[in-house]
Amino acid sequence: MNLKTTKPANITTCFHCGDECNTVLHYDEHAFCCVGCKNVYELLSNNNLCSYYSIENTPGKTQINPVLPQAFDYLLDEKVEKKLLLYKDNSLAKVTFFIPAMHCSSCIWLLEHLYKINSGILQTKVNFLKKELMITFNPSLASLKDVVVMLSSIGYEPAIRLNDIEKSTKKEENKKLFYQIGVAGFCFGNIMLISFPEYFGLDSITKGTFSKLFGWLNLVLSLPVFFYSAQDYFKTAWVGIKKRFVNIEIPLALGILTMFVRSTYEVVTGNGIGWFDTLAGLVFFLLIGKWLQQRTFETLSFERDYKSYFPVAVTLIKGNEEIAVPVTSLEIGDRIKIRNNELIPADAILLNGDAQIDFSFVTGESVLVNKVLGEIVYAGGRQKGTTIELEICKKVSQSYLTQLWNNEAFSKPKASAILGFQQKVSKYFTIVLLLVATLSAVWWLVFDVSLALNAFTAVLIIACPCALALSSPFALGTAMQILGKNKFYVKSTAIVEYISHINTIVFDKTGTLTLPSSATIQFEGKPLSDYSKQIIASMVAQSIHPLSQKIKNHLQIKKPLTVTSFNEIAGKGIEGRVDGVAVKIGSSDFVGIDNSKTTKTKIFVSIDNQYIGFFEIGHTFRKGLRNVINELKQANYTQYLLSGDTEKDSDAMLKYFDTKEKLFFNQSPSDKLNFIEKLQLNFSKVMMIGDGLNDAGALKKANIGISVTEDTSHFSPASDVIMDASVFEKLPAILRFTKNTRSVIHASFVLSLLYNLVGLSYAVQGTLSPLIAAILMPISSVSVIIFTTLVTTYCAKKGGLQ
Amino acid sequence: MSVMFILIGCSFLMAVGFLIAFIWSVKSGQMEDDYTPSVRILYDDFERESSAQNKQENKEEININK
Repeated sequence: MNLKTTKPANITTCFHCGDECNTVLHYDEHAFCCVGCKNVYELLSNNNLCSYYSIENTPGKTQINPVLPQAFDYLLDEKVEKKLLLYKDNSLAKVTFFIPAMHCSSCIWLLEHLYKINSGILQTKVNFLKKELMITFNPSLASLKDVVVMLSSIGYEPAIRLNDIEKSTKKEENKKLFYQIGVAGFCFGNIMLISFPEYFGLDSITKGTFSKLFGWLNLVLSLPVFFYSAQDYFKTAWVGIKKRFVNIEIPLALGILTMFVRSTYEVVTGNGIGWFDTLAGLVFFLLIGKWLQQRTFETLSFERDYKSYFPVAVTLIKGNEEIAVPVTSLEIGDRIKIRNNELIPADAILLNGDAQIDFSFVTGESVLVNKVLGEIVYAGGRQKGTTIELEICKKVSQSYLTQLWNNEAFSKPKASAILGFQQKVSKYFTIVLLLVATLSAVWWLVFDVSLALNAFTAVLIIACPCALALSSPFALGTAMQILGKNKFYVKSTAIVEYISHINTIVFDKTGTLTLPSSATIQFEGKPLSDYSKQIIASMVAQSIHPLSQKIKNHLQIKKPLTVTSFNEIAGKGIEGRVDGVAVKIGSSDFVGIDNSKTTKTKIFVSIDNQYIGFFEIGHTFRKGLRNVINELKQANYTQYLLSGDTEKDSDAMLKYFDTKEKLFFNQSPSDKLNFIEKLQLNFSKVMMIGDGLNDAGALKKANIGISVTEDTSHFSPASDVIMDASVFEKLPAILRFTKNTRSVIHASFVLSLLYNLVGLSYAVQGTLSPLIAAILMPISSVSVIIFTTLVTTYCAKKGGLQ
Repeated sequence: MSVMFILIGCSFLMAVGFLIAFIWSVKSGQMEDDYTPSVRILYDDFERESSAQNKQENKEEININK
C-alpha cells in the first residue's frame, strides 16, 4: 500500500481524509479539513460507526466538493429506476452499484453496515475487487434516490453511467463451466478408482466377481460426463460441421463419441470394461484448459465506450425551472446547466459562465482549456470551477466525439485477421486423422475383418487431440497471468497469440508517449530570487486553478506572505498585492506583454508592474521512450505516430522517430480510425497504443488495441489490452515474450504429436488395449501441461518479466 | 470379499457429498469474490468488542440515572 512520508508536526491533517488542512475545523477532539469531512464523521459517530476510523487511518476521501442531493433527482424517474434495479416488489428492492471510492478494509466495513444509518436498507454486500456494492432495501422506507444520496453523503458516490441504464442482462455462463468441471472431476476420480483392479490384473484373484459390476458402475458414472460435462464440445463441433469449418472440437467430439459408444458396447456385451477412465480424464483436463482460457481479469472492463463515461442525467433549464432529465432525451436548442466536475454530454455553445474544460479523458491532455462565450464546447469535457450554461447544438449520439461510435467498426465484432495456431493446425490434423482411421480400417477389412472396427475406433480414440487442445490454453493462460503480473492486462488468452503476429505499431502522443499529469515547468527570464519566488508562491496559493497549483508545487515555498486585494479574473489570471507589491500572473495580454505565437502553455508574471518572465509548461516524455522506440525499430516493427495535437511538438518527436513521414498531426478521432484501416488494407497487422476516448475508434479497428492508463481502476476506452503506464518501458520485452510463447505452443504440439504417433502405432495394428490408452492419455496431457507452463514461465524470467 | 460392496458404496456416498458441497459453493457465489470474505471475517471480533463497550457505557448511564 501507499506509504505516506511522515508530515511535519506543525501541519494538521484531516481525521477523515488525511489531507492537509488549510483551515482547521475541530469537532469531538478531532481536526477536519472541511465541513464535508466533519459531516461524515458526525453522521458516523451518531450511528455508532466510528470503528470505521480504527480499521485504517484516515480512510475517507475529501468532501471538499460535496455533491448536492438535487443532482440525483433523475433517480426518481420510474424508467431510470426500473433499469437500475435488479429486482423490486413492494417491500424489497435490489440494486448493484459501482463505487469507485472504495479502496480499503474500512470501506468494506462501513459499506456493509449501512443498515445502521438508514433503517430502509436491509442488507449490503461488497465485492471489493470489482468495487461493487449490492444493496437490498425496502423501497417503502427509502427510495433509490435516498439510498444514493446517503451513499454520496458519506463519500461513496456510486458511479451511475449511461450504459448502466442501457445494458442488457448479465450472463451466467461462467458458473456452468464450474459445474461441468466439478461433475467431470467427481466421475473421473471414481472411475479411476474402480478401474484400478483392472490395471493391476487383480481380477484374476477375485475371479471376475467385480469386473462386471465395475464395468456397469463405470458406464453409469460416465453418463454425466458424456451428456453434461462434454456437451459443449458436441455443440461446437456440430456448429463447425454445419458451417463447413473444421475446428479442433470435431476430432475431440469424434474421439469422445467413439470412446463412449465402443465402451458401452463392450460393457453391455461383457467383452471388457471399456475406456471410460480415459474418457472422463480427457473431458476433465479439457475443461480445466477451457477454464484457464476463459479466465480473465474480471476487475477490469475492456468493453467501455463513451456510455460508461457519460452521466445518466443533466440539469435542463426550462424557463425558470431546473429539472434533471436523462441525457438521451436532450434535443438541439435545449439549455443545460453544468456544475463543477460535471461532464458536457453533447456538443454545445457556451452561453454563460467561465468555462474551464478538462478534456483529459478525450485527448489525454490535462491542461484546462478555456472557452469564451459563444464558442462550441465539445462533448466529453469536464467543467472545472464555477457553474456554466450551455445550449445544445448536436444530439448526444451525433456529437463530434460520440459519432465515432456510429462507425461500423463498433457494430461488428472484431473479425481478427489473425488465426490462432490451434485453429490453423486442427484442420489438417482432422483430415489426416480421418484418413489414417479409414486406411487402417480398409487394410484390416482385407486381411482380418474381425480387427477392422477395432482398429478404426482405436485410431479415433488415441488420436483424439487432447494434448493439442491443451497446449494452447495452458501456454497462453500462463502467459496471460505473467503479463498480468507485469501490469499488462490482456482481454483474453487469444490476444496473447495475436500480439505475437503484429508488425506495425501506431502510437498516440498525448498521454501515451507523454505523461498526462506531471508536465515540466520551467521559468524563462531573469533568474528568480528567493523573495520573488516567495511572492509568486503566495499569490498562486490563493487560486485553485490547476495551473496555479502546478506552479505552487513547482516552487515549493512553505511560508506564504500575506496577500491583499487578491482578484482572480477567470480565463485571464490573478492579481493582487503581496507585501504591498503589485503582482500579476496570467496570460500575456493580462500581464501586458506582446506575445508572439505560443507553442506551449505559458504563464506570464509581472512584479511591481515589471515583466520578469514566464513559466512554460511542456510535456514530459515517458521514461525510457527512446529505448522503447529503438528496440522496437531493431525488432523490425514499423512505427507511426498519430496525434490529435497541432504540429507544435513535431521537432521533439523527430528526435525519437527517424522520419517525418511517419508522424501525423491534427488527426481527428475518425482520421485515426481510417488511418488504421488504410494500413490494414496493405496487409499490416496493426497494434494501436492510445489512451483517450479520441483513440477509441483506432483502438477498436486495430488488430490489437492497447489502452495506456495511469490507474487501472480509472476509465479506459474499449481495447484488447489495458496497460499500466508504469510498464511502458517493458513493451519490447512483452512483445518478445509473446513471440516466445508462440514457439512454446509449436514445441508442445510436436511433443503431443510424438505421443500420438506412439499410440497410433498400436492402434493401426489393432492391438491398442484400454490399459495402454489409460496410461498414455494422462501422461501426454500432464506432460504437455507441465512442459508449456514451465517453459513459458522460464521465457518470461529470461526476458526480464516478473 | 463381499465387504467390498459396502466399502464401494460408502466411498461413493462420500464423494457424492463432496460433489454436492462443491455445487453448493459455486451456487452461493463463492467462486465470484475470493477477496472480500477474507476481510469481512476480521470484523467479527471487532463488533463484539464495540458492542461490549456500548453495553458498558449503557450500564454506566443507568448507574448515573439511579
